[in-house]
Amino acid sequence: MKFIINLHINPAVLESLTDEEKEAIGDGHGKFMEALKESGELITTLALVDPSQAAVVTVRNGQTVATDGPFVEAKEHLGGFYLVDVESRERAVELAAQIPDAAIDGLGVEVRQVMFFAGDLD
Amino acid sequence: MPTSAVEDLLRELTPQVLGALVRRYGQFDGCEDAVQEAVLAAALQWPSEGVPGNPRGWLITVASRRIIDQMRSDHARRQRESALIDTTEPPEVPDTDDTLDLLFLCCHPTLTPASQIALTLRAVGGLTTTEIARAFLVPEATMAARISRAKQRINAVGRTFVLPRGTERLEAVLHVLYLIFNEGYTASSGAEVHRTDLAREAIRLTRMVHARLPDDSEVTGLLALMLLTDARRPARTTPTGDLIPLADQDRTRWDRRLIGEGTELAKTSLGGPALGPYQLQAAIAATHADAAEATDTDWRQVHALYLILERIAPNPMVTLNRAIALAELDGPAAGLSLLATLDADERMAGHYRLLSVRAHLLEKSGDPAAAHGLYLRAARGTASLAEQRYLQARASRLPH
Repeated sequence: MKFIINLHINPAVLESLTDEEKEAIGDGHGKFMEALKESGELITTLALVDPSQAAVVTVRNGQTVATDGPFVEAKEHLGGFYLVDVESRERAVELAAQIPDAAIDGLGVEVRQVMFFAGDLD
Repeated sequence: MPTSAVEDLLRELTPQVLGALVRRYGQFDGCEDAVQEAVLAAALQWPSEGVPGNPRGWLITVASRRIIDQMRSDHARRQRESALIDTTEPPEVPDTDDTLDLLFLCCHPTLTPASQIALTLRAVGGLTTTEIARAFLVPEATMAARISRAKQRINAVGRTFVLPRGTERLEAVLHVLYLIFNEGYTASSGAEVHRTDLAREAIRLTRMVHARLPDDSEVTGLLALMLLTDARRPARTTPTGDLIPLADQDRTRWDRRLIGEGTELAKTSLGGPALGPYQLQAAIAATHADAAEATDTDWRQVHALYLILERIAPNPMVTLNRAIALAELDGPAAGLSLLATLDADERMAGHYRLLSVRAHLLEKSGDPAAAHGLYLRAARGTASLAEQRYLQARASRLPH
């Protein structure tokens, strides 16, 4: 079963952390990634640039307009995700709990099952 | 012998040879490499020079030579390092069925189901890591890590290879074969409903087990179940990939040959000393296959079989299926009251299958508004795109 583990982050929360805390998060993600690779559960993972760099694209009457900024104005935004292939929903939740963000107030770790999957994986 | 016949023979012999070697030498990885080299040599030599009188023995000898060479060079290295000498010869092993032993090993209880499946397809099925990765829609690196981890764990279990051929172990093997078949028949997520190659491979492996354990009723039952289920494949989807439920399938498109074979096997399996879940599921599938039209279905028999299945292997999904049969026998209200007993079951509360069956029975009992809402809730609950499309279509046919 494939699940995406979405990491919703709040830049203000991240900025309020001490350097040690930030480093611990980085290390935690590094270890998490290694463990997932070794267990054969990681499909892919990625991190996204700041939402200020986003563009919202609309097409109206055949005219394309790209507006700078995120689609949803919110304190939190999608910072990245892990895409995993696991035995069960329980395992996906267990993995999500190992992500350092899950232990920090104001950061959101969200598990959702994948319904459709296409494209080259390698 | 033509090349294709040699290839078939090698495919049949490879797991036997690998099983024999692993039993003798341990070291899953090393044995696999040695067997691959021997098989490659055979594939090059046999078509032109002819197949040796004892092809299995030939492969074991060639592969053993490779592995002993490898062990000697490892040994020499270790000797240089530690100056310890081990002169024990590899023990002679009794002639047992190596393919079965290999299957038991691949389905070792210390492995997760995903690893059991991957290792079985790799070592017994002879599929490449790339093929397995593609079948399960994961990157090759992911599948390679899974397989290599499984092998390490098997090595760690060590040479406890003289395994009790207990019922429990056979159950694990049958479960893995069943999972492979299901993954092929009902892709658990994604756009496509079938992954035929996996279903075909599961049937091939189950045939192999059946050939070796022809008197085991559950093995026979599982093979029958697979054949009877696979027989419906041509009628199960529209050309655009939409699901067609059993009741609406064009039964003339069912594969008669598979049904004939599956029905015979199902009958044979029921003659065994004990009843098991695969035999019963095969008997249910055979009862459906026996009806030329959906309206000819012997629901009394289907219901009775589900009732027995529920007793020997209690499971809310079985109760759910029994509710469908009961509704056909005694009317939708009877089915709905049986479904109500499942509401308290944590495994089923809010499950899309419970919602969709209830929607179906409400539709039959003349409550389209309630059915409409439940079909839509069920559609939101499934992870299969094909099921979702089907449930949405059912909902949109109803007034609301």
